[in-house]
Amino acid sequence: MAIVQAKSTRYRVWATHLGLLCFIALILFPLLMVISISFREGNFATGSLLPENPSLEHWSLALGIPYTNEDGSVSQPPFPVLLWLWNSVKIAVISSVLILLLSTTSAYAFARLRFGGKPTLLKSMLIFQMFPPVLSLVAIYALFDQLGQYVSWLGINSHGAVIVASLGGMALHIWTIKGYFETIDRSLEEAAIVDGATTWQAFFYILLPLSVPILAVVFILAFITSITEYPMASVLLLDVDQLTLAVGAQQYLYEQNYLWGDFAAAAVLSGLPITLVFLYCQKWLVGGLTSGGVKG
Amino acid sequence: MSSYVLTVSDKRMRMPSFATSLKLTAALAVNLMALYLVVVLYAQQKIAFALLVLLVVSSASYVFFSKRAYAHRYVYPAVAGMGIFVIFPLLYTVGIGFTNYSASNLLDLERVQQYHLSQSYTLDGGRYPFKLYSAQDRYRLQLQQPGEGYLVSQPFALTDAEVEKTLELHESNAAVGGEALKIRDVIKLKKPLQSLVLSLPDGGQLRMSGLREFAARAPVYTLEADGSLRDNRSGERLTINHEKGFYQRADGELLSPGFVVTIGADNFLRVLTDDSIRGPFLQIFLWTLAFSAGTVLFTMGVGLLLANLLQWDRIGGKAVYRTLLILPYAVPAFISILVFKGLFNQNFGEINLVLQGLFGLRPDWFSEPAMARSMILIVNTWLGYPYMMLLCMGLLQSIPQDLYEASAMDGAGPLDNLFRITLPLIIKPLTPLLIATFAFNFNNFVLISLLTGGAPDIIGASTPAGTTDLLVSYTYRIAFQDSGQDFGLAAAIATMIFLLVGGMALLKLRLSKMEV
Repeated sequence: MAIVQAKSTRYRVWATHLGLLCFIALILFPLLMVISISFREGNFATGSLLPENPSLEHWSLALGIPYTNEDGSVSQPPFPVLLWLWNSVKIAVISSVLILLLSTTSAYAFARLRFGGKPTLLKSMLIFQMFPPVLSLVAIYALFDQLGQYVSWLGINSHGAVIVASLGGMALHIWTIKGYFETIDRSLEEAAIVDGATTWQAFFYILLPLSVPILAVVFILAFITSITEYPMASVLLLDVDQLTLAVGAQQYLYEQNYLWGDFAAAAVLSGLPITLVFLYCQKWLVGGLTSGGVKG
Repeated sequence: MSSYVLTVSDKRMRMPSFATSLKLTAALAVNLMALYLVVVLYAQQKIAFALLVLLVVSSASYVFFSKRAYAHRYVYPAVAGMGIFVIFPLLYTVGIGFTNYSASNLLDLERVQQYHLSQSYTLDGGRYPFKLYSAQDRYRLQLQQPGEGYLVSQPFALTDAEVEKTLELHESNAAVGGEALKIRDVIKLKKPLQSLVLSLPDGGQLRMSGLREFAARAPVYTLEADGSLRDNRSGERLTINHEKGFYQRADGELLSPGFVVTIGADNFLRVLTDDSIRGPFLQIFLWTLAFSAGTVLFTMGVGLLLANLLQWDRIGGKAVYRTLLILPYAVPAFISILVFKGLFNQNFGEINLVLQGLFGLRPDWFSEPAMARSMILIVNTWLGYPYMMLLCMGLLQSIPQDLYEASAMDGAGPLDNLFRITLPLIIKPLTPLLIATFAFNFNNFVLISLLTGGAPDIIGASTPAGTTDLLVSYTYRIAFQDSGQDFGLAAAIATMIFLLVGGMALLKLRLSKMEV
């Protein structure tokens, strides 16, 4: 607490609160608006933040249940939102598990073992991670087209392709885990090795149980990155039933077929769980995020 | 992966045990399969893929069998993943940049040859009008001979299977009795009829050439020994133009489709010299720079201000403020971008409704370049400030409080504090992160692609190009949009971006002085 205080401090505190609240109101406006729109009737209705005639039409369609309108006609769900969500979650879980497995073992070697070319590998991984995959999409498409001729579940329009393609993005996770491993005293493992444990056992039975917090962070980060991945999935997946949420969601807002209300319900339905997970984990995530600088 | 799991218990095994021999057999099998694959790929002229398989499998074998490479076993999967899915596509893209790979030159020479050789034309005088008769589930064909008389077939069945079926015809002076099928019934049977090959008594063959006639058809081209084609209609020779990747007639006319050839630096020269590409390219490049710099500036400004306010110990309820303020960061970007796309809609978007109500304004967010660009910056600031705020909050905590007390004693205001104490102290650790943010936004494909798709378009551009396109989305559109599909040009531009990004990456690495 500062000892020297200006007389106007009290007013400045109030002004700050007021400013922050106004700013938050501005920031939250789009989010609140979408929730409100998801309860409005029809796709073109306008109105205030609190809908005058709340309707569950869009929510019912988003959940895949045909909705009977007041005039008796039945609207069918325009897109399989739940299927997309399931696709996204499936891809994200499998790829996060793979990323976690592979980047943990790599990070262990980078943190503990000595081998040739270590600094070069570490640095070049960081550099190559900055090249956006969007630019090599033609090559990535050709690669999976080729792969698909020998292994069908890795070809174009398969979830396997998207999962495997995500394995290119492990460098930042490796750095994060490596940083954490380096904070753990290595004398524990050394003691184990003196007692006859192999390097692998020292890693698996001593270091890993101590690193559960950072592994959780990396898992969640990889999960969120995978859920929100758009460019590669948009090129690798073709059929409506195969799409992930990130690729499918935009189909609601085509000029010719503008389903604003249906989109709002689908967006809230699918965005809310991810948002809540992120907020719940934020205090652990922040450290991992700021050290990596992944998301802009 | 499988060989990776097998290495778990390696060091302790001295004698060739059952496990070891199993491991050796599996590795041998994998290597043999890979070798076969390499040969097949090489035979198909897919040299890049053959090299990739060779490199991945041979390095895997070395790493998992050499005692000296024990530590490398741990990093191998990650490095291989990076090599296959980041570095290989990168190099492959650079390679495509030197070819004419595009919608008009999609296949290799062999497949283009096959395509041309499969073309056929109708021989003069070989047209036979036909009638189709049906009895129960079987059909009979009757063809009118050029002079007198008919050619008729035995009753046959028509199936939907797309296999060629040969049908013998024999001469007959009498017509088949009964009523012929109407044209709309023939249309229904078009598919199976097209797979029929009719063989004439004299050995000639006929195929369906229209809804009313069968005709004798012959291939248009014949392959010569030197790879050139002879046009059977005129006897003209079509030579291979290896520079442009087409078959070429004597008068210089090119025959589509073309094939992929290396054309050197032509794509790069097109970007630099062709006015209808250079103009849009430069415009997009400048906008990309402005967009990235603007994003860094705005998100940094808003983030630092909020971090400073939240840092102030007289403000209560910090945890609540913090949670609410990072909400934009927690919502998945692809959802919030689409939400903004809807809210900014010119006709029935809520933002224009509010602006109309308050100020009587209805800006054209999507059709006017300046407004579209402002909208993108607004949205991206909304998306990006929480990250900057979190960064700054972390850094501000490391500044000793007594510095501010000393400055308060000297009567300094908040601005003096900001410019004389805060900024100089945090700018150094912040710089590499700012560069990373700059580089990220330089390539912020998702934002542009979901929000505006590059619209409004640049007038006079020969490739798809928009005033809000970033270099990445521009490249993507050249490669994948229907009117573009010029993979070579897209790859050339991508190569240029690779150089820029590589420069930024090196700069970031140098400034952050990472310890390895």
